[in-house]
Amino acid sequence: MTRQTTAWLRAGALAGSILASGPALAQDKEIVIGAQCDRTGPTQIVGNVLCPAYHHYMALVNKRGGIEGYKIKVLEIDHEYKVPPAIESHERFKKEGAIMTSAFGTPQLLALLKKFEEDKMPVTSPGIGSSAAADGKKYPYVFPIAATYWSQTGGAVEFAKRQLGGSLKDKKIAYMFFDNPAGREPLPLLEELAKSEGFQMRTFGVPSPGIEMGAQILDVTGRFKPDFVIAHLFGRAPSVMIKELKGKGFQLSKVVGLVWAGAEADIIAAGGYGISEGYHTIQYAGVGGDFKVINEIKDMLKAEGKTLGKEFESTVTFNRGVYQGAVHAAAIANAIKAKGGGKPNGEDLRKGFEQVKGLDPSLDGLAPPLALTPEDHEGGGWVQIWSIKGGKFVKTQDWFQGYRKEVLKHVEEENKK
Amino acid sequence: MFYREAGTFKTTYAEDMALFPLPITRWSMRVLLVLVIAVVPVVLHEYYLSIFNLIFIAIVGALGLNILVGYTGQISIGHAAFMSVGAYTAANLAVKLGLPFWITLPAGGLMAAFIGVIVGMPSLRIKGTYLAIATLASQLIIEWIINHTPAISGGAAAAIEVARPTIAGYELKSQKDLYYFTLFFALVAIVATMNLVRSRIGRAFIAIRDQDIAAEIIGINIFRYKLIAFAISSFYAGVCGVLYTYYFGIATYEAFQIVVSIDYLAMVIIGGLGSVLGSVLGAIFVTALPVVIRILVETFGGYIWDPAALSAVAASMRLIIFGGLIIFFLVVEPEGLARLWRNTRNYFRVWPFSY
Repeated sequence: MTRQTTAWLRAGALAGSILASGPALAQDKEIVIGAQCDRTGPTQIVGNVLCPAYHHYMALVNKRGGIEGYKIKVLEIDHEYKVPPAIESHERFKKEGAIMTSAFGTPQLLALLKKFEEDKMPVTSPGIGSSAAADGKKYPYVFPIAATYWSQTGGAVEFAKRQLGGSLKDKKIAYMFFDNPAGREPLPLLEELAKSEGFQMRTFGVPSPGIEMGAQILDVTGRFKPDFVIAHLFGRAPSVMIKELKGKGFQLSKVVGLVWAGAEADIIAAGGYGISEGYHTIQYAGVGGDFKVINEIKDMLKAEGKTLGKEFESTVTFNRGVYQGAVHAAAIANAIKAKGGGKPNGEDLRKGFEQVKGLDPSLDGLAPPLALTPEDHEGGGWVQIWSIKGGKFVKTQDWFQGYRKEVLKHVEEENKK
Repeated sequence: MFYREAGTFKTTYAEDMALFPLPITRWSMRVLLVLVIAVVPVVLHEYYLSIFNLIFIAIVGALGLNILVGYTGQISIGHAAFMSVGAYTAANLAVKLGLPFWITLPAGGLMAAFIGVIVGMPSLRIKGTYLAIATLASQLIIEWIINHTPAISGGAAAAIEVARPTIAGYELKSQKDLYYFTLFFALVAIVATMNLVRSRIGRAFIAIRDQDIAAEIIGINIFRYKLIAFAISSFYAGVCGVLYTYYFGIATYEAFQIVVSIDYLAMVIIGGLGSVLGSVLGAIFVTALPVVIRILVETFGGYIWDPAALSAVAASMRLIIFGGLIIFFLVVEPEGLARLWRNTRNYFRVWPFSY
């Protein structure tokens, strides 16, 4: 036998062993979670921090002894922000016995909506679309678990109102958005609020990838001259906006960015904290490393002799990953308790999610006063405002619900269509 | 020895025109057909079927692009846009008028073909890289129009939920049901393309690709055939988009962005331009190889890297190995996987008496 044929035989045997391995049996005292992730695609700036943070938190949970005696196993699949790999990842998770999925990306979630329902598998989508999924009656298996784009917009408008002296009558608000479905989602709600509050609103769409917005910035600062700017941008776009607004002499204390426009990386890419001074951001999880759970994670890693990775530098995104993990853990705990210690399936876990109220106490200050119910899968739509002051993120306003009544009405109307 | 052509005599016109003139190809095709129809869906787990489904849908799209790029020589970077045209046409018809898939599917294809003809107009005046830019523009224009027209996109989210396809009241829901659904259309597309490229139209395409002035001189109406090429190619793309829509259960243009156009171009180039087999191999390569690489890295990566960090490594390794393999195969055989297969076959034609 030549060397080549041996090599081919070996390769064949390898392929055969993989195909024959079949469904990997999940252990009895183990709960499997499937996590979609984007470490290599266009949103890797988020994925490279969020996913490790999520893994770290679940490792911490396991180190504390697991949840009601069960260990958590997280399977991760990187889908490069493409849709077909996300489909494949779902089937893979199902095969490996996962009872829930942590979704990443609006198009991927949309393409799997039907599958989650058919397979009775709950899925969480914090900070991604679609906002209409907050309605648990219409979308029983989707859990946004954090303020949706609509709640964030409500929070931003309410914040603007407070900053402008308690009334928005005849004020001018500019809405700068990434021109894709996620960016356009808040538009109808903003129009409704403009009518009821009596402010003048103009929209400035920024086409993908959002690194060139000179025309829009000139339009905003030179012509429209708004009293407040709400920015809903992704990726590199927020940093470009901050830099350009600053360059035109616009006061950044009159700008608030929604959740994907306010991480440390955006501020640094814009030229640092000095340039961004005054910029406000909406957050659905706390900012900074000064929380009990973060210190526990750091201690755990140090005890294992590992060095702290780069992900710890971006506390905004890191804390979101930890928060996501804590909500999952709380739901799993509920589901196990409801089954009297038995192993829950997807349906049990859905009920577990619908009773989440209060999280792991080590997240105090980091997590919002979340309360999920069968109707409200968003958990209240709580947001915080953090601003850049004196070279760091400073909390400007604690947890609040902006225009909750209007947002809920909007969710209801949207789902009636 | 294995691949013997000697002793095959054709005595009727029908035999002369058969798709597979050699008995060995006929038999291997029959075996392959039995495999994909009766064995694969029964033996394999649903997870593997989901990969097959993605491959089958990709085959339809890749065949369409190969007709345009490989057979007619007109480069297009707007293939995914035609998929979204098909997807939204079908979704709107299915939701607003409640039409079943066997009407929405051809309707989506025809609509895409119509748009394709309009987009194909510039190809009459411009060629090569210039045409690439024109089709790139069409990709962006179509994306923009869908995104900004609520009548098409169904609102700010630009996504329309579609019910699963039903056949005589039976809902095609599981991966196995959808396997037969997508397999059927992939087979139809393959057979149709094989016949198309050896018909009058197909030969005209090839003549235009090889030398368009010569083609015009021998009496081929270039205007007509270039537009036909765009129409047929877009029809395939439209059908591919409709299949995606039914497979996902939703039409969303974000699944058909420019990256997808590039992916499909990669499929036909790696597979082999101007080859039906190439489109199939290319679709398999681009869809399944990243999955295989990931499974390999997950299974054996633990010996090299820290198992805890494996998920981060797997994501990057998949990209590195996948990119490396593309370069490797293109260096080994610039004409693609289909040519590689032909070389192997030709080797066995005379084996073991190759000298």
